[in-house]
Amino acid sequence: MTDSLDIARATLLDAPGLGEQALVQVMDRLLSRQIDTADIYLQYSRLESWVLEDGIVREGNHSIEQGAGLRAVAGDKTGFAYTEDIDLPQLLEAAGTARAIARAGQSGRQAIASRRDLPQLYAPLNPIDSLDEAAKLALMRRLDEAARAADPRVQQVIVSLVAAQDTVLVIDDQGRLAGDVRPLVRVNVSVIVEQDGRREQGSAGGGARRGLDYFLEDERALGYAREAVRQALVNLEATDAPAGLLPVVLGPGWPGVLLHEAVGHGLEGDFNRKGTSAFSGRIGEQVASPACTVVDDGTLPERRGSLSIDDEGTPTQQTVLIENGILKGYMQDRMNARLMGVAPTGNGRRESYAHLPMPRMTNTYMLPGEHDPQEIIASVEHGLYAVNFGGGQVDITSGKFVFSASEAYLIENGKITRPVKGATLIGSGPEVMTRISMVGNDLQLDSGVGTCGKDGQSVPVGVGQPTLKIDELTVGGTAA
Amino acid sequence: MSHDIASLENIVAQLLDEARQQGATQAEAGVQVSQGLDLTVRLGETETIEHTRDQGLGVTVYFGQRKGSANTTDLRPEAIRETVAAACRIARHTAEDPAAGLADPALMAHKIPDLDLDHPWEIDPAEAAAIARRCEDAARGHDTRIRNSEGATLHTGRGLFVYGNSHGFLGGYPTTRHSLSCAVVAEQDGEMQRDYWYSSARAAEDLQAPEAIGETAARRAVARLGARKIDTTECPVIFHAELAPSLLYALFNAIRGPALYRKASFLLDALGEPVFPDWVRISEDPHKPRGLASAPFDNEGVATQPRDIVASGVLQGYILDSYSARKLDMQTTGNAGGVRNARIDSSGETFEQLLARMQRGLVVTELMGQGSNTVTGDYSRGAAGFWVEDGQIAYPVAEITVAGNLRQMFEGLLAVGCDNDIPGAVDTGSWLIERMTVAGN
Repeated sequence: MTDSLDIARATLLDAPGLGEQALVQVMDRLLSRQIDTADIYLQYSRLESWVLEDGIVREGNHSIEQGAGLRAVAGDKTGFAYTEDIDLPQLLEAAGTARAIARAGQSGRQAIASRRDLPQLYAPLNPIDSLDEAAKLALMRRLDEAARAADPRVQQVIVSLVAAQDTVLVIDDQGRLAGDVRPLVRVNVSVIVEQDGRREQGSAGGGARRGLDYFLEDERALGYAREAVRQALVNLEATDAPAGLLPVVLGPGWPGVLLHEAVGHGLEGDFNRKGTSAFSGRIGEQVASPACTVVDDGTLPERRGSLSIDDEGTPTQQTVLIENGILKGYMQDRMNARLMGVAPTGNGRRESYAHLPMPRMTNTYMLPGEHDPQEIIASVEHGLYAVNFGGGQVDITSGKFVFSASEAYLIENGKITRPVKGATLIGSGPEVMTRISMVGNDLQLDSGVGTCGKDGQSVPVGVGQPTLKIDELTVGGTAA
Repeated sequence: MSHDIASLENIVAQLLDEARQQGATQAEAGVQVSQGLDLTVRLGETETIEHTRDQGLGVTVYFGQRKGSANTTDLRPEAIRETVAAACRIARHTAEDPAAGLADPALMAHKIPDLDLDHPWEIDPAEAAAIARRCEDAARGHDTRIRNSEGATLHTGRGLFVYGNSHGFLGGYPTTRHSLSCAVVAEQDGEMQRDYWYSSARAAEDLQAPEAIGETAARRAVARLGARKIDTTECPVIFHAELAPSLLYALFNAIRGPALYRKASFLLDALGEPVFPDWVRISEDPHKPRGLASAPFDNEGVATQPRDIVASGVLQGYILDSYSARKLDMQTTGNAGGVRNARIDSSGETFEQLLARMQRGLVVTELMGQGSNTVTGDYSRGAAGFWVEDGQIAYPVAEITVAGNLRQMFEGLLAVGCDNDIPGAVDTGSWLIERMTVAGN
């Protein structure tokens, strides 16, 4: 059985003993004349995690989450209830609670129709079973050994390994039934190094919608161990970061967190429908330099931020957000698309059955430009070259955003000279995007580590970009 | 709710029994169920009604020094055996860890004091909507420059929780938590600024009045209008009371067990050493009646105790659970699950007196991003707030960073105001710090 829909039906309908007739009955309860849209979201998630510390795999956890979320939408009003018990009486009770958002009325019964025309961007496998326990633990021990062997200054190594499978079934008010089986794996290595009493940390990892064999290909995970050590050793040499306005060159890949914060959140449909985003009402306007084309693309096979269908059953797509600097479109879920009179873009996502869907990013990245990365660095007389970042944050309304560099260097007279300590960079999204003067030809996507938070809901995402230059950005160091 | 404390105690007892039958030498288990309502009113209309109902159980088993754990949202009887089996399967593969195991049985809480944490709020969606509407109306009516809203949200919830372990400890209690929050957008000359305010309490009667929350949200949003960037400088910085808890958490993160035994802290070996000026006292009171972080026992069943963490500026103790305590050859401080109801004593000044003492500098009212490094103490965060001249607020500022090193920031703490008007899990006034780097233009 390799079809996601069949597996999802078996897990979420057959196993709990629910038939299509039961779904019709629940949807019937959920719908009334005033309800514009409604959906039932059934979910079964398994997750296994392991932690290695002080050279031993000291703990592991196995987790199962299951439940059903029922939503009824009338205009811009939403009623929502959920239950951990996937059985008919609980589903009917939750449906009755959720529909209370609108006055009761009559509705026609919708037959259930399975959607078999949907893309499948990853195999519906269970990554927990993709390696046996001995192989999982052996992999973790190899990473520990590799990190310790990389340099005698390594004092502490922590390796974590997570494998999860998320099975979902969405039934909408038209009776359309869509299923998805979503594997997700993640490995992380973090190290502490010490030299002459000074301690620094480094961290690296990756992941994908694959089995755990992903980490064994081309010694991929060993690369994380070496990279974590390399970063930590660079930081041992770092001096105070500069403070003030400077030209900033961002390296390719993960520094794309810039786009996620500076424009991504501001282009989510809900903020724009409500007029609370700094980008509200600006479709067709120049919001970035002509060198910038930014897309959100949920269709990249096997990537952490990708989904075959979003959590409302809409297939994901590549959405052009900014084209040559012109704002082209927003990311939409069904409700905001309907209220704004546009098509959904496959960005309706939710953390789980116990959360309401909303417009969220998938993989957000900038298309490559024409410049050689060396040429970009050489164009800066005095500035910052930042290649690794921690997280970021944005105030949608004012457009102010931050992201924190964890590996950065000074550029002096067109050359990278010495490492500086991590510092927070702050700017205004719409302004910073117009100051991107050079875009490299070296587009990279991140290694599969991103998690995005919004309204208390976390979802896996991807970012990417080529090397790029921002003419002026505030760098929050201590060396004035 | 179809469960009560007795039925949860029964589930925990079954989990522990099942663990023993499956061969575990030690085990601990917890079960929780909760139920609540989240209702948002936006622009005067009910926007979302969410009925929340969560449940879950978790078990940790030990086979000698090997550990495994498992959890599920499924509370049906068949899930108990499956979950214990999953934990045992994990424990077959983890390594012998000399520090693994339950906390010392002598430390288990014997008496479980009633901390007055259960105050259910019987409120239906129509009543909740009326309260949220009063809150949002007050915000929208406060100033003509409030032109948009993200709404007002009322949350009410009640949870039951039981923890037990194979030492024979079994304890549980109900808790409630209610909150009301409001976020609005001020507009002027094409500039938009958003801000919010909230109140959270164990009992509905302890919440701030809906109108007061709305007006505070509006006042804060309007005060941000016209924010400018300032030149890069070094100056004194006041962290407003609502943000000061993040500085206490930066301290706690550096004296927590894992940061210490991993040698990943800028406060290694600081026990008994001065970390703050000698007037500073930082304490925790897990037994505070109606406290948002109150707990009679910690996540391992260990009795919690009020204590000083910093006294006369000197670090008195770390923040340990039994695992990290064994790694450090110390004893648990009853902090499995964290610090509960932390407090830093005020040095007595009002907020206005702090401004007067600072004379010229920055008041921070918003922090953005992470940028607080527990290993090195390096601190660099995005900020917004107000510039102060001649001891008075001069104008709002935005798009700046504040940076320094936490060790020096703690040493340079000049005063803590008596201006805390936010009943929360952390009790602190505003902090005046001697000197930081502010980056702007």
